[in-house]
Amino acid sequence: MLLRYILKRILIMIPTLLVTSALIFTVINLPEGDYFETMAAEMQAQGEKADMSRIEFLKKEYGFDKPPLERYFWWVAGLVQGDMGYSFEYQRPVRDIVGDRLLLTMIVSFATIIFTWIVAFPIGIYSATHQYSWGDYGLTFIGLIGLAVPHFLLALVFMYFANIWFGISIGGLVDPRYLNQPMSWAKLRSVLEHLWIPVIIIGAGGTAGMIRALRANLLDELQKQYYVTARAKGLPPGKALRKYPLRMSLNFFISDIGDILPSIVSGAEVVAIVLSLQTTGPLLIRALQSQDMYLAGSFLMFLSFLTVIGVLISDIALAILDPRIRLQGAATK
Amino acid sequence: MDILRVSDLRIGFTVHGLARDVVKGVSLRVPAGKTVALVGESGSGKSVISQAIMGLLPRAGSITGGEILFRDPLAPDSVTDIAALPREGPGIRALRGGRIGMIFQEPMSSLSPVHTIGNQIEEALLLHRPMPKAQARELIEAMLQRVGFKQPKRAFGLYPFELSGGLRQRAMLAMALICQPALLIADEPTTALDVTIQAQVLDLMRDLQAEMGMAILLITHDLGVVANMADEVVVIFHGEIMERGPVEDIFRRPRHPYLKALLKASPHFDMQEGERLVALREARPRPPAAARPLSAPAAEAAPLLGVRHLHKTYSTGSRGFFGKGSLSTVKAVNDVSFDIRRGECLGLVGESGCGKTTVSKIIMRAVTADSGSVIFDDGRERIDVLGLEGEALRAFRPRVQMIFQDPVSSLSPRMTVKSILREPLVIHARGEAPEQAERVRALMQDVGLDSRFLNRYPHSFSGGQRQRIGIARALALDPELIICDEPVSALDVSVQAQILNLLKDLQAERGLTFLFISHNLAVVNYMADRIAVMANGRIVELAPRHALFNRPVHPYTKALLRSVPFADLDRKLDFKLAAPGGASDDSGWNSAFRTGPDDGELTHLSLGEGHYVLARPNADMKELAP
Repeated sequence: MLLRYILKRILIMIPTLLVTSALIFTVINLPEGDYFETMAAEMQAQGEKADMSRIEFLKKEYGFDKPPLERYFWWVAGLVQGDMGYSFEYQRPVRDIVGDRLLLTMIVSFATIIFTWIVAFPIGIYSATHQYSWGDYGLTFIGLIGLAVPHFLLALVFMYFANIWFGISIGGLVDPRYLNQPMSWAKLRSVLEHLWIPVIIIGAGGTAGMIRALRANLLDELQKQYYVTARAKGLPPGKALRKYPLRMSLNFFISDIGDILPSIVSGAEVVAIVLSLQTTGPLLIRALQSQDMYLAGSFLMFLSFLTVIGVLISDIALAILDPRIRLQGAATK
Repeated sequence: MDILRVSDLRIGFTVHGLARDVVKGVSLRVPAGKTVALVGESGSGKSVISQAIMGLLPRAGSITGGEILFRDPLAPDSVTDIAALPREGPGIRALRGGRIGMIFQEPMSSLSPVHTIGNQIEEALLLHRPMPKAQARELIEAMLQRVGFKQPKRAFGLYPFELSGGLRQRAMLAMALICQPALLIADEPTTALDVTIQAQVLDLMRDLQAEMGMAILLITHDLGVVANMADEVVVIFHGEIMERGPVEDIFRRPRHPYLKALLKASPHFDMQEGERLVALREARPRPPAAARPLSAPAAEAAPLLGVRHLHKTYSTGSRGFFGKGSLSTVKAVNDVSFDIRRGECLGLVGESGCGKTTVSKIIMRAVTADSGSVIFDDGRERIDVLGLEGEALRAFRPRVQMIFQDPVSSLSPRMTVKSILREPLVIHARGEAPEQAERVRALMQDVGLDSRFLNRYPHSFSGGQRQRIGIARALALDPELIICDEPVSALDVSVQAQILNLLKDLQAERGLTFLFISHNLAVVNYMADRIAVMANGRIVELAPRHALFNRPVHPYTKALLRSVPFADLDRKLDFKLAAPGGASDDSGWNSAFRTGPDDGELTHLSLGEGHYVLARPNADMKELAP
């Protein structure tokens, strides 16, 4: 039953990713011209003479004389085989440029999710069980600030105070020495040293949102009759809370995994620029500006893939956790 | 010996900084092994008392005086004052579930949907009586068997949503009784159940009481249940006890006017033709409307609504990814035909899940039938309701309106009464704004509400008033047919009487035609001219009211009638007669009413005087209906 469900969900991923790739391809190709024309225009604007024959040659070389549909097909076919294409701007395969940064992006995202949960969970529970107490009001206030302040502003504030108080620069994710070096223990340590600042900044908004959502969810569940039943059995309040209402509000938590990934990744782009993190963000934005088709496209596809995987994981976890989804999934329509 | 002795109990609630007494000096006792019924309307404080006994008062409430003395029969020398125990301390927790069990009204929501019932019962057991898991499992399976699960081993691993309402309440009982408590508090334990299931659950409670010797504090508003279950009765009104005594005294010699009124307000089967229910508090008097000249509802005239051979099948179960899997179909409506004559009230009765609501939704065109026809005939033209499309359907909609069961969720909390009542007029472009405002005020008058309330929101009204708003909304477009889907099942007895009387008056004044859907036979008896009984998607019996109640023929109808508890000590329920598998289980019916292997389909046989019953075509009705 569960296996069939998982299989079904994985099969559904294929059309989802296909549609996403078509969308990404279309959007990137929407503006007039392509990378080479942009390049020629830039060169002409700077007063240089563009070598039109070279540009024609490059266009042919990369298949830009072919109809878009065919180019799309070759792109997707390459992606399936793990070939992310070639970046015109950097004149190197996309994989080489992106590799390290993708890993760092994943580390930052993952750490942020963990941070969000660790902070949001206890605060949410406290707020719900102590509704309208001073603690609830205080935490709510702080949470709302976290929700309202834009990430990049928070990043600037952090950098400013870190510099004034500690005299250190907190930019970057890894010591410049280790950039483009293979992964090593020293490099990992350097990453971990730098990690906490961006994680707090990027996680602030999500944490606040999650506290609010968890509090609201739990407050709803605390009103439910089955919680009264649990207490009527003689369960101590803490145990009753953990076994019943908390378990129910976990549903929301888990189904949020799928949502949290894209929002963290997209929220992180701007912060990454401010803090000059060596994640994918700044690279992506630059690639989109210059219509570096394969770099931007493959990149976005990778992020979509991560998101779809996140949704898949949360769906499977939900099915395991909640028998109603597992056993009633396809019932009465 | 008294298990429980409550004396001069006072409970106050603080809402928005305002302290309010909800229970004002209540004293009652529950003797060992006996059943005490606590009777009152909603808001009378009866549930709050039960919460106080369990130490489960909401945070806003607190005991401000009096004591709740609990004497455990296992340790008869020590007496615990529950009112004095710390709120979530170990003292009260040992009593809860261990010595005092509790079951609630809503079996749907009172069990956790994500834990198996076995797990939930085991938790209660191990909490108070630590023992090895295997031994616990044995005890629980024995208990599940005792409360009526046919396969207790399988039942242990089932989730609540896999069970019917009756079985869930049985599982609740198993959970409350697994530790053999001295006292069981049952808060409206059968209000949400069908009559036949109610009879079974009540019977089970009595049997278990006899076996285990526990006392029961039964909280209910249903005097029929009280008459059949209670040894002693306590009547509570606005937090004060009105009357208290043995059940014999209370029913045979009610002294307090409140109790007398309560007995008069509930519809019963012995009402005379034209007798009106007496509401506890008469609602705001309505201006007498001039009765419309009614073209006499001639029986030979074409019926207002003719329903023929309706079929509707739902598919349930898991559908495999490639179209395989265990797909089962349920015939929700199976060859249903009936007529509703102009100006009459047709009652549609049956247990939950019998398809009565689906029929109403098909007539409203909210659900599409698989086959069959619905003809609406206003005397000028015949409309094929199921064939209407687009503009024609829109033009037809005002002619059939609906009154819903739940007065809370059927009104938008974000709209004022004025906009709720105006909405149908706006949708169908009836008149200009001033006319509409005038019409809305007239509607309020018609249903007995003050038109000054128009700018309020639904939450500031009581349940009965909200139902009046729902009625006014249904009347707004001058419909010819109104479908009432359980319009009073969510209301208290006294308010129920008001609403039923209002519906009757409106029908007489405006010549309305009703399709009245209910599972409460007494209510249908009060309202309907003819009654159709539905079981398993089919109409099994259709008869004028008197014929149905005096000479029921079909075993299902008989079972339904047998299961209704009367508020009369001389006509106690014969609990053992309730069919073991529920009345709609046709294996218990006489073979004449079942599809046999030898001959064909069942048909509706006429018994004369408009009395029809579903049976085999060759069945000898003289034998079956003496």
